[in-house]
Amino acid sequence: MLSYFARRLLVMIPTLLVISLVVFFIIQLPPGDYLETLIAEMQAQGEKVDQARIDFLREQYGLDKPMIEQYWLWLIGILQGDLGYSFEFELPVVEVIGSRFWFTVVLALATTLFTYIISFPIGIYSAVRQYSVGDYTATFIGYFGLAMPNFLFALVLLHYANVWFGLSIGGLMDPKYIDAPWTLDKVISVINHLWIPMIVIGTAGTAAMIRRLRANMLDELQKQYVVTARAKGLSPMKIILKYPLRLALNPFIADIGMLLPQIVSGAALVSVVMDLPTNGPLLLRSLQSQDMYLAGAFLMFEATLVVIGVFISDVLLAMLDPRIRLGGASSK
Amino acid sequence: MSDRDLRPGEPLPHYVNEAPFDPHRADTLTPEQERYYQASQWRIMWWKFRRHRVAVWSGAFLLAVYFAIVICEVLAPYNLHTRDTKHIYAPPQGLHLFHEGEFIGPFVYGYDFKLNMENLAREYAPNPEKVQKVRFFCRGDGYEFWGLIAGDFHLFCPAEGGTLYLFGTDRLGRDMLSRIIYGARISLTIAFIAVSISFVLGVIIGGAAGYYGGMVDAVVLRIIELIRSFPELPLFMTLSALLPVTWSPIGVFVGISVIIGFLDWPGLGRAVRAKILSLREEDFTTAAQLMGASPARIIGRHLLPSFTSHLIASITLSVPTAILGETAISFLGIGLRPPVTSWGVLLNEAQNINTVELYPWLLLPVVPLFMVVLAFNFLGDGLRDAADPYK
Repeated sequence: MLSYFARRLLVMIPTLLVISLVVFFIIQLPPGDYLETLIAEMQAQGEKVDQARIDFLREQYGLDKPMIEQYWLWLIGILQGDLGYSFEFELPVVEVIGSRFWFTVVLALATTLFTYIISFPIGIYSAVRQYSVGDYTATFIGYFGLAMPNFLFALVLLHYANVWFGLSIGGLMDPKYIDAPWTLDKVISVINHLWIPMIVIGTAGTAAMIRRLRANMLDELQKQYVVTARAKGLSPMKIILKYPLRLALNPFIADIGMLLPQIVSGAALVSVVMDLPTNGPLLLRSLQSQDMYLAGAFLMFEATLVVIGVFISDVLLAMLDPRIRLGGASSK
Repeated sequence: MSDRDLRPGEPLPHYVNEAPFDPHRADTLTPEQERYYQASQWRIMWWKFRRHRVAVWSGAFLLAVYFAIVICEVLAPYNLHTRDTKHIYAPPQGLHLFHEGEFIGPFVYGYDFKLNMENLAREYAPNPEKVQKVRFFCRGDGYEFWGLIAGDFHLFCPAEGGTLYLFGTDRLGRDMLSRIIYGARISLTIAFIAVSISFVLGVIIGGAAGYYGGMVDAVVLRIIELIRSFPELPLFMTLSALLPVTWSPIGVFVGISVIIGFLDWPGLGRAVRAKILSLREEDFTTAAQLMGASPARIIGRHLLPSFTSHLIASITLSVPTAILGETAISFLGIGLRPPVTSWGVLLNEAQNINTVELYPWLLLPVVPLFMVVLAFNFLGDGLRDAADPYK
């Protein structure tokens, strides 16, 4: 098993290299660069464009060099922990991301927790009591989350949270706390604001998860070992929790890997609508304004997390499921 | 039980059927069984599908919707671009049947407009004096059917000189109902084109990967992994930033469909690859190879038909994703641009919280969107169940 993991780790290196190449290609794709955006903006505002300054900036950021060289410099920088410089914020990328990073992590964790807490009992229930009223209700909720564009759901919920509970609109905390130092009140304010994005983003995930858990459980419940267990008189609770649930969980463990990237771009659209101080909106904006190093850092970070996440999933699966462990490398 | 032998002709002590004994009786089928065993696979699938009531209704609903988008010029009471500057942000007009206890058929009460000088809100009050009867099969706003034939025939239109804003109007005084109907045409077509592209790409690439295996397979798998390791929205954004600003709206429309389709194929490609990988080991594949069939023929003629039904089901399930994807990027303002009107473009105008508070009817495009996405999901579920009719 160790050699399997070592091989998996080694494969990650070329994958990441290719990803970095693609990321660089993507951020270079749109025509023009940030300086051109800047020039256009300055001209639109009637300011005079100082060609000398533009040239200086272009040289400073290495935008005048050929593409391959730019990529090489960028790659070396990343390996040394230097993510580059954000044109728009005029700050190193690390600082721009850093301030928002923790909010994104908190939100991602809260959402994931919410999704699991809601969807597990419902999924199990609607599989065990198939075609009951509860099952139909759960299915309906599932479809609702699936079919409702969540940015709109966010808008509507935002409105009613304001009307009914007097929450301030948008953001992750009351406006008066934004630049204040961390106090208990501020934490409470954050918690108060957290639940709307948590519900909105969570509902979409919940829907998919309930449906999959239900389908998996239904497959397992029909198997003969369940009948045997029931025949020999195990308690119903134990019959469900001991074996079928554990087997039905495999796909979720495989999903854990996909949770990591959520930290970067998770629900960008909802965050834009709700004006959350998370990474998503920043990523979208940096793409729009061609703030290439910021966008590149985000995309690179995210793709890396996907690769790591898939690796973690594989490790977990191999550890938890003897069939995969003993089956060797054919774990996918 | 008696031990003695029966005398000849003596009746047996228990009941015996007079009919001659038929040794094959257990093997003969009732007409129903016969019908079932002789039915083709597609027929059995249809029977199985029919049992999923919701899916059947969803299918019928979608057929109706797709028929509607063909003739949306006739269905919509107004033209897409007709502006009524006297009715900006007018709330929906209720449809009534009885006026002062008297039946007159469907009609609406005309609006009295007043500008509230305190907060500058536009206030519309239904005036019970103005009874405006809805006309049916009538002449109204002019249009060009499919951009080709000029016409002015509508299924229903407002009374002469009256208004008919069943879903209210937007910031330019355009009828929301008509815009939603026209929006359906764009939203549903874009999903259709995108899914077709993703289908073709998925089948060709996934099929080649599964059939040839080895290097081809490895490369395709890596590409799929690569595409899936990027978040979808940023990819949409960068790719749609590629579309030149100078393109006509129709060009952008096609471009966006291609982008959605291009980002959607890896899922299908993987499924096709997995199926073909197992099917190519079957004897009939070897037979076809020995007879000298080309790989394209083997894949298209012998392998694909074995799981067409699965393909149809998974395509149906990916249509709603495409619809929602288009809505999301148009909502952000980086997808389709006016004057092309899709549901996403309509929702783009309902972007801020003021809308929810002041003009909630601008959110109405979400209702058909919701219903269509639901219907596609139900239909897809039904098809998926029916795809394995022998289970």
